[in-house]
Amino acid sequence: MNVDQQREPVILASKLVKKYGDFEAVKGVDFAVRLGECFGLLGPNGAGKTSIVRMIYGFSPVTAGSLKIFGEDIMSRPRAIKARMGVVPQDDDLDPALSVRENMIVYAGYFQIGKDLARKRTEEILTFMDLMDKIDEPVENLSGGLKRRLALGRGLINQPELLLLDEPTTGLDPYARHLVWQRLRKLKEDGATMLLTTHYMDEASQLCDRLIIVFQGEIVEEGQPGALVERHLGREALELGIGHYPDSLFSDSEHMIRSRQRMGDDLVLFTDHGLELMERVSEQASRQQITLRYRRLRPSNLEDVFLQLTGEPLREDAPGPLDGRQGEGSVEDAQSTPA
Amino acid sequence: MKMPRARLLDGLLTWPDLSWPLVYRVFCRNLLVFSRTWQANLMFNFVEPVIYLWALGFGLGVYVNRIQGLPYVNFLAPALIASSSMFATTYEMTYGSYTRMTVQKIFHSIVATPVSMDDVVLGEILYGAFKGVLYGLVFLVVVALFGLVKSFWALLAPVPIALMVTVFSVLSMIWTSIAPGFDSFGYFFTLLITPMFFFSGVFFPVDTLPAGIRLIAWFMPLYHAVEVVRPLILGTAGWAVAGHLAWLAIVALLTIRIPLVMVKNRLIQ
Repeated sequence: MNVDQQREPVILASKLVKKYGDFEAVKGVDFAVRLGECFGLLGPNGAGKTSIVRMIYGFSPVTAGSLKIFGEDIMSRPRAIKARMGVVPQDDDLDPALSVRENMIVYAGYFQIGKDLARKRTEEILTFMDLMDKIDEPVENLSGGLKRRLALGRGLINQPELLLLDEPTTGLDPYARHLVWQRLRKLKEDGATMLLTTHYMDEASQLCDRLIIVFQGEIVEEGQPGALVERHLGREALELGIGHYPDSLFSDSEHMIRSRQRMGDDLVLFTDHGLELMERVSEQASRQQITLRYRRLRPSNLEDVFLQLTGEPLREDAPGPLDGRQGEGSVEDAQSTPA
Repeated sequence: MKMPRARLLDGLLTWPDLSWPLVYRVFCRNLLVFSRTWQANLMFNFVEPVIYLWALGFGLGVYVNRIQGLPYVNFLAPALIASSSMFATTYEMTYGSYTRMTVQKIFHSIVATPVSMDDVVLGEILYGAFKGVLYGLVFLVVVALFGLVKSFWALLAPVPIALMVTVFSVLSMIWTSIAPGFDSFGYFFTLLITPMFFFSGVFFPVDTLPAGIRLIAWFMPLYHAVEVVRPLILGTAGWAVAGHLAWLAIVALLTIRIPLVMVKNRLIQ
């Protein structure tokens, strides 16, 4: 056990449950976020990510289980905990009636930060976020990317020990996303502890040290992004443009295939021996006169893991939480299931 | 997501989670926005009572002999101070608060900081009340300029006004907390505010109403405020005003917890 693990976690959730009426959005999850790490909360829309975040910043009451932030129960000491936390919510909730500067200053007021200090920090943060030339601009004139940068900057006004980012780049164009990522990486280098929710797998790979994948209110997997890919899929993904195919197509390459996934019209094979697999499959295909509309070898990524874990697995014996739960597999899938 | 009816008032008997410095911050946020638009804002709410004063006081008033021994315009003007305050507060706490609560998500962004939802809603209510008092004061100045203020007791008019607008701030916030959309405020004004405007002794004494309706007037905050503001402006205040002031203060105190829990129960799940 290393030093970080011995220290008290910044966030400690145990058997955390969130119910809305009869609907259980979070079904008893356990996780811990350590000091200085960037922790990812991944999942599709409606997986329960935002519910978890809202409990962490004391907005939604915890239904059951316990949630400790900085070692204290969020339900009993919300004000003290929120004072040490920065929140960048999913929806744009900047104050549209105010300018960029005023958004920062007014928000500082909610933390009871003195006027002079608030002004000083506002300029520092806006410089950091590259927003100084917009400082007196009304917020409603800002583009989506600029607004998101301001929302992130606003979340830094109290120099938080923990930063919560709920889908920080959803809806942004690629350029704006990269700008936000850059700033987040910088904050991470400076030792900020962050919790980030996203349904972009590339975002998680870029930023997170560790992550959990949440699906239907439960944690279905956790680990480091790279290790997760390695554990579930192998290094490479071979995409094949192919419809129906006989099992004999893989007669001499079955042992190299770690996993298969049907994605629309494509079949994706995961492997650690990409080139060799591609050659063998191509050879078999031409020998058996099976048309491959196209083939592409690429590194496998978190997106694949995610689909593997939360989408319908191609094979019934595929590893994953949905074992035995699917049954909506298409005819095509059923036919392609190896004996 | 369905929300059972009983939840609306959950926590009504608990003590609110308040931090006064933070309530003040919420108040200041609204004040800052107001400071940006106050000229246009003030004009808008101010023109209407002036029109009433001209049209009814100086127009219709010519045909009305005397009410309670007064020229009609003297009877009308003090009450318009109160109704002007009422409208300022109710507009702010319905359309204004609802916009901040839903469209702009201001409440959500504030409670991510050490501010509690109770702080936010109370800050809103106090701001609504402040606005009502301010508009009342402006109209008081207008009434004075028309030479219709007859006593220095008029300087105390902000007291009943403040109590009354607090009650209206609370009532409006309750409506806002259950409003499904902007359209629903039409009902609030048509069913509550407009009848109150006409049957609270602003335009004619409630004594002239049939006994049943006179009883209804007793339940209207505007009636009690008018019954205090008018004697103060005219310099005829007696001990009777104490009862009306008490009515306003008690209602404000008894109801102020309600919008706090209702907004919280609406927004926080």
